[in-house]
Amino acid sequence: MDNLNNLMQGFADVMAPMNLLLALIGVVIGTAVGVLPGIGPAMTVALLLPVTYGMEPVQAFIMFAGIFYGGMYGGSTTSILLNTPGESSSVVTAIEGNKMAKAGRAAQALATAAIGSFVAGTIGTLLLVLVTPFVVDFAVSLGAPDYFALMLLSFIAVTSVLGSSRIRGFISLLLGLTIGLVGIDSVSGQQRLTLGIPQLADGIDVVVVAVGIFAVGEALWVAAHLRRRPAEVVPVGRPWMGRQDWRRSWRPWLRGTAFGFPFGALPAGGAEIPTFLSYATEKRLSKHPEEFGKGAIEGVAGPEAANNASAAGTLVPMLAIGLPTNATAAVMLAAFQSYGIQPGPLLFEREASLVWVLIASLFVGNLLLLLLNLPLAPAWAKLLQIPRPYLYAGILFFASMGAYAVNAQPLDLFILLLLGLLGFAMRRFGLPVLPLIVGVILGPRAELQGRRSLQLSGGELSGLLGGPVSYTVYAVIALVLVWPLIGRFVLRPPGTRSTP
Amino acid sequence: MSSPVKDERAVEENPPPREGGDRAQYGVCAFLALLGAAVIVDALGIAHVTSGIDPVGPRAVPLILGGLLVVLAVLYGVDVARGGHGEPEAGEDVDLSAGSDWRTVTLLVAVFLANALLIERLGWVISGALLFWGTAFALGNRHYVRNLLIAVTLSLTTFYAFAIGLGVNLPAGVLQGIL
Repeated sequence: MDNLNNLMQGFADVMAPMNLLLALIGVVIGTAVGVLPGIGPAMTVALLLPVTYGMEPVQAFIMFAGIFYGGMYGGSTTSILLNTPGESSSVVTAIEGNKMAKAGRAAQALATAAIGSFVAGTIGTLLLVLVTPFVVDFAVSLGAPDYFALMLLSFIAVTSVLGSSRIRGFISLLLGLTIGLVGIDSVSGQQRLTLGIPQLADGIDVVVVAVGIFAVGEALWVAAHLRRRPAEVVPVGRPWMGRQDWRRSWRPWLRGTAFGFPFGALPAGGAEIPTFLSYATEKRLSKHPEEFGKGAIEGVAGPEAANNASAAGTLVPMLAIGLPTNATAAVMLAAFQSYGIQPGPLLFEREASLVWVLIASLFVGNLLLLLLNLPLAPAWAKLLQIPRPYLYAGILFFASMGAYAVNAQPLDLFILLLLGLLGFAMRRFGLPVLPLIVGVILGPRAELQGRRSLQLSGGELSGLLGGPVSYTVYAVIALVLVWPLIGRFVLRPPGTRSTP
Repeated sequence: MSSPVKDERAVEENPPPREGGDRAQYGVCAFLALLGAAVIVDALGIAHVTSGIDPVGPRAVPLILGGLLVVLAVLYGVDVARGGHGEPEAGEDVDLSAGSDWRTVTLLVAVFLANALLIERLGWVISGALLFWGTAFALGNRHYVRNLLIAVTLSLTTFYAFAIGLGVNLPAGVLQGIL
């Protein structure tokens, strides 16, 4: 009940007029930026981070919650009206959503996405409130070896479970870990990879990395391959749904939520798997299976709900343990760190009011999003037609501004460009970017926990094997690593070779 | 001063899609191997300080990482040799059927560098406006005057909103005292 009181206090804080206004601004700019083609939720959050620099943490996080859900929602609008989604998690939404739009049912597709996101976001945030305290209780009991093991699991999960090629995932992860290495070692005070440049002693700011890889990398990549003719945008009126649409949507919303939240909350989660599961399930359960592939509303309702519920789910490990499981959560974690706040079990003790304000703002932001997006959808659709030179000029403009504002040093702009070129190369060679970001954020902390573990054991490697938790985690890691080998040599006849 | 509207890119002739595997990936191998070597060399230059509270010291992790980078460079090379390749990222505005447009990328990098070099001297309002204008130009927009107006409006607005309104660090540069 204590949590309920805290949550009520959180709501009371958010309801202050000034804070409510911030939540509204967060939702509006989050959606507006998220709708822009080529900008996924993670990039939205990274680009808008500087907006909050001058604010108090509480206000910043109120705005952040709005940006978070706004960016998510904006992404689904893009997938429905433009096809070709910005993030892998909205791939499924685009399949049926764009078909619906082309069949003249854009309004219904947007409506089921908006209402489904609201339902899933609200249930997901409620589950967040219910589940997180248990995870925190569990996390408090964890020692350094357990944390180390969990972070290793995160590394393995982002490289092996997601994405098509493990070797490319590992390359990305190692690049991230190397970037995370730059700076003064927090334990011994020795400089590492600083090349004698004093500004690098503090390391490379995660915000600069995220903006460089996501925003600058994307802008350069698109610039090199800019489509000559503008993509087709399906015109849309105000979203609405008929009785039939409601009847066909509400169950997929709930089922999608049920798929999305648990997957998001797992350290090896992500939104891709639950959205695909939801799609497959709806296709199987639907009374109109023949409509799938031609624009079935269930195929938008379910995956969209799964996507949003999973986003809420990712906040559980992010807040309670400090483990980001998707790119957006990784950037959110960076945002916490930029305020000197370290997510983890202690967060709920030290910064209780801040956390509950954030959670309350998630509820509020979600509601605002629904109220705002149904009438504003036609306006958002217009944003899709922004001339591409302006769009990418704007991205580079705000990316530079944000990166400079972190430390007020021009050196960061050069680093930003280098990282942008790295992001360009990664897109060119099909290297996933998420492992890199996770590596930058978790690498230094994993090293710290690992060294702490070994300190307890006096340098014996056995110190890394803490207790039952780390045993279990290592077993899971082993399973994840060995699984494809089993698949290749046992479940498949020898002789067929797939690209690793 | 403005020329006819032309947001679409000029058609550029590019070599046909690569055949016989994606050789450029070996460049990535080389980069990874060099990076790994650099990390190891840097680590060896760190004083090896260990103590009771830190039996591992600052060198262990970079040495492991550097080693892993080299190993991965080799594994990646083997993968490439066996015909492995990553899918270039697709997207709303991405057209992968033609090759890369290096001219645009070079221009963008130049504009970006100019901003990094000029931001403290000229201040954000001027360098940011140049950045926006130059980027739009590089991307093929030829509304010089309109773009200049947009660029100046954008940089002035962001300067007043963020630097003066919200206290974000943005330099005033030569316009110090005027803004």
